[in-house]
Amino acid sequence: MSNSENTAISHELVHEKKDRISLSDYIGPAIVFVLFIGVWYLLSKVILPQQKRFLLPTPDKVLTDGFFVWRTGERRGLQPILLSLWSSAKVALIGLAITIVVGMGLAVLMSSRRWLERATWPYLVAIQSAPILALTPLIRALVEGTQTQRLLVVVLIAIFPIVSNTLFGLLSAEKSQHELFTLQRASRWTRLVKLQFPAALPNIFVGLRISAGLAVIGAVVGDFYFRQGGVVGIGAQIDVYRSRLWGAELITAIILASALGLVVFLLFGLLSKAAIGKWHITNRGH
Amino acid sequence: MRGAQVIDVQTGSFMSESVNALLDFENVGMTFPDGTKALQNISFSVNAGEFVTVVGPSGCGKSTLLRIASHLEQNTSGNCRVDRDSIGYVFQDATLMPWRTIRRNVELIAELHKLPKEERRERAQAAIDLVGLNGFEDKYPRQLSGGMKMRASLARSLVMQPKVFLFDEPFGALDEITRERLNDELLSLFQHEGFAGLFITHSIAEAVYMSTKVLVMSARPGEIIASFDVPFSYPRSHDLRYEPEFAELCGHISHALRGAHQ
Repeated sequence: MSNSENTAISHELVHEKKDRISLSDYIGPAIVFVLFIGVWYLLSKVILPQQKRFLLPTPDKVLTDGFFVWRTGERRGLQPILLSLWSSAKVALIGLAITIVVGMGLAVLMSSRRWLERATWPYLVAIQSAPILALTPLIRALVEGTQTQRLLVVVLIAIFPIVSNTLFGLLSAEKSQHELFTLQRASRWTRLVKLQFPAALPNIFVGLRISAGLAVIGAVVGDFYFRQGGVVGIGAQIDVYRSRLWGAELITAIILASALGLVVFLLFGLLSKAAIGKWHITNRGH
Repeated sequence: MRGAQVIDVQTGSFMSESVNALLDFENVGMTFPDGTKALQNISFSVNAGEFVTVVGPSGCGKSTLLRIASHLEQNTSGNCRVDRDSIGYVFQDATLMPWRTIRRNVELIAELHKLPKEERRERAQAAIDLVGLNGFEDKYPRQLSGGMKMRASLARSLVMQPKVFLFDEPFGALDEITRERLNDELLSLFQHEGFAGLFITHSIAEAVYMSTKVLVMSARPGEIIASFDVPFSYPRSHDLRYEPEFAELCGHISHALRGAHQ
């Protein structure tokens, strides 16, 4: 085919509008942030009755007493909070790694056999909805070591979205795509690696982002129930602040724990963009 | 009736002349597990250098015919003989993998056949050049128009140089101009490669323009009720579509098709 014909079809290329970041992308979050701080002041200065205001110190008090104090005594100040945050972050990340391996492995098994899928679902839903609080005595009796117990809590809380999204993705390849592989008599493994897994990636990343957030929650919840000597997790730290009515430290710890969740969430967002951004598009509809 | 050959429906047999055909249907029938009779008494063959097109009402089992030829489906009676390893199959939609670039999409079948990397890269490039997609190798499918995606799909099948090419209404979703251009390109590929082609379409004009022979199928259960040899020589030019002989043949086929609908 000649070159002129080739340029003749080049107009058939689909041009896409680039999703450019504009000023409004910064103004929106800024407005919401100002509103958030305003509501906070309103709550702690006006809405809460006088005698309950210690529960929610004002934002400036949280900054001066929580964030800007390095350390007083054994537990107060930013340093002990950061140490316990790091302890929880480690549990969350290791737990998340285990969750990903186990969850995706389970999804691959479930995608290969229909009876396996049907047999497994009820238990996954049960794990997802079972209150961890009720399971703690059992976990304590079955598993030794607070670290392992905390990891188990993370896996239990975070596994569902990974399994369900991966499975959904693995089963999302089109019939004709499967037939293309059938025509070449591709093995089950080839089909999995070259068709089902790449087709599942957008869903896998959705599952990863949700599970990553849940892993942080799982780590914090695990801290509540399974404490160890030395540096305690952020959940245990929060519990101490709560019981001693140390409002500023309590809010500081909560903000930092949420920030950890946010960072992990954003990290997986970036990872997703790097891995599939080139071919997978999201449509906002306008 | 010029170039027409009507098959005797009573005996249901239209035996092919050549036993050495690349694709041969012999009394093929297909009944689905739910009892639906999709095809019966299908007998015809396609030789190298022949381009046979099947037209018929929707749901008459045209696609099932291709699925049997490619072993995607197993016929319940009769015989279908074809070398499974020399089949190229072009689907209704382009069936590209959105996560692969055009180059990697075109390489896919060669990859599944475990061709060494260098060879498949070379073959893919040749196929890409052949369908006129050079310059677009590193684009992703979503960046391409429907016609270009179909070209990529053709190129992917061409890589393994199939002896038998099965086309399941490949251009049905395209606009007319793109469709006619791709018709011409496919015809030049056909002359160049000399494969045996079996093509499914709804369009009578497309069928006549492309083929050496047009088969008309009846409504379900699908049977071949008429066969027309197309006398025009290759290469065929765009103007052929406006020749009286062309229109006449289209008229005959249309007539047979109307019979098929009843």
